[in-house]
Amino acid sequence: MTAAIYIADPPDTRRLIALDGVALIFHRLSGQTHIVAPPAPEILDALGEGEADAETLLARLRRDHEIADEEGLSEALDARLAELEAAGLVRRA
Amino acid sequence: MRHERRIQVGPVGFRIGSDWAAPLAALDRLYAGYPEPAIADFTVRLEAPRPWRRWLRPKVHIGGDYMLPDAAPLSLAHGLLAAEMGMNLQMALGQRRYLLLHASGVEKGGRALLMTGLSGAGKSTLAALLGECGWRLLGDEFALVDCDSGALHPFPRAVSLKNAAVDLFDDVDPGRLGPLLADTPKGTIRHLRPNDDAIARMEETAMPALLLFPRFGHAAEIREVGQGEAFVRLTQASTNYVALEERGFEALARLIRTVPVRAVDYPDTESAVEAVERLCEDLA
Repeated sequence: MTAAIYIADPPDTRRLIALDGVALIFHRLSGQTHIVAPPAPEILDALGEGEADAETLLARLRRDHEIADEEGLSEALDARLAELEAAGLVRRA
Repeated sequence: MRHERRIQVGPVGFRIGSDWAAPLAALDRLYAGYPEPAIADFTVRLEAPRPWRRWLRPKVHIGGDYMLPDAAPLSLAHGLLAAEMGMNLQMALGQRRYLLLHASGVEKGGRALLMTGLSGAGKSTLAALLGECGWRLLGDEFALVDCDSGALHPFPRAVSLKNAAVDLFDDVDPGRLGPLLADTPKGTIRHLRPNDDAIARMEETAMPALLLFPRFGHAAEIREVGQGEAFVRLTQASTNYVALEERGFEALARLIRTVPVRAVDYPDTESAVEAVERLCEDLA
């Protein structure tokens, strides 16, 4: 089975505003507002470099961010990607 | 329409047409001293559902530029309430210039306090009480947030006092009070004209300085509210957030990021006024 490839719309299709502990995202294409917690904005940023499977995405996140807890990281990333997909902020290639 | 009046409230001009003279005569008394707009932004129509209904057990149907098709007609005795509800309806459904929040507002020293919450939370009563003790009433029902500057535009419509709140204003000038409307769909209602200062300064905007979520009938407590929660609650309190798209998003996010937010529980109105005054001093 080949790994799923994820795509996010280009950064200029959304407006992100950080609040205390959460971030607001206005998705210009749908007109919807999303309230997300870390690491959702970081995942969207990492996908800004181009489409990626979960492993590539994790490598980008490791490169740009200090990751404190490695345990269950891959499962957590899959869960966050599924949430972003359900919200319409990420889709599969 | 057989009868017509025009009333300017803050930046919004209303034209109210009616099949009957009585509701407009009541409006004249309640809105004495308000300017008359050259051009109306919204039209409200108080109509008889059927022609003979104008004379026989008359019922008032609320119409206008924007309508709720299944709104039940009111009795003619509640014609003033129909006019007020009609104005609210036009704003709630048609306002696109400002971010509209279902919130009350008062101002002192250029700093505006916004209060929002569920129906019955006491935001309207609290704003009206503060408006009688040194604050300027900006509005008891809707707060109009300027999407460009973030300033609040006053919208000092007549305050709708409901049920127990009616008795709290026994000592104001009786000329400022509307008729006592019993057995309305919202209980007993009496309208209160804001004081002269609120009307004279209805074009003077104010910057928001504090956002409160008051809650009546609970032990006194003040809690901080996270920005995310406040944002969600204000999107729910706005009638046009979705329609304004990114302008609404930016205006609401700016409001949340620039003002402190507190939830205020209070057991009675007296302690609420004290708590709000103290909170404003502490955060000034």
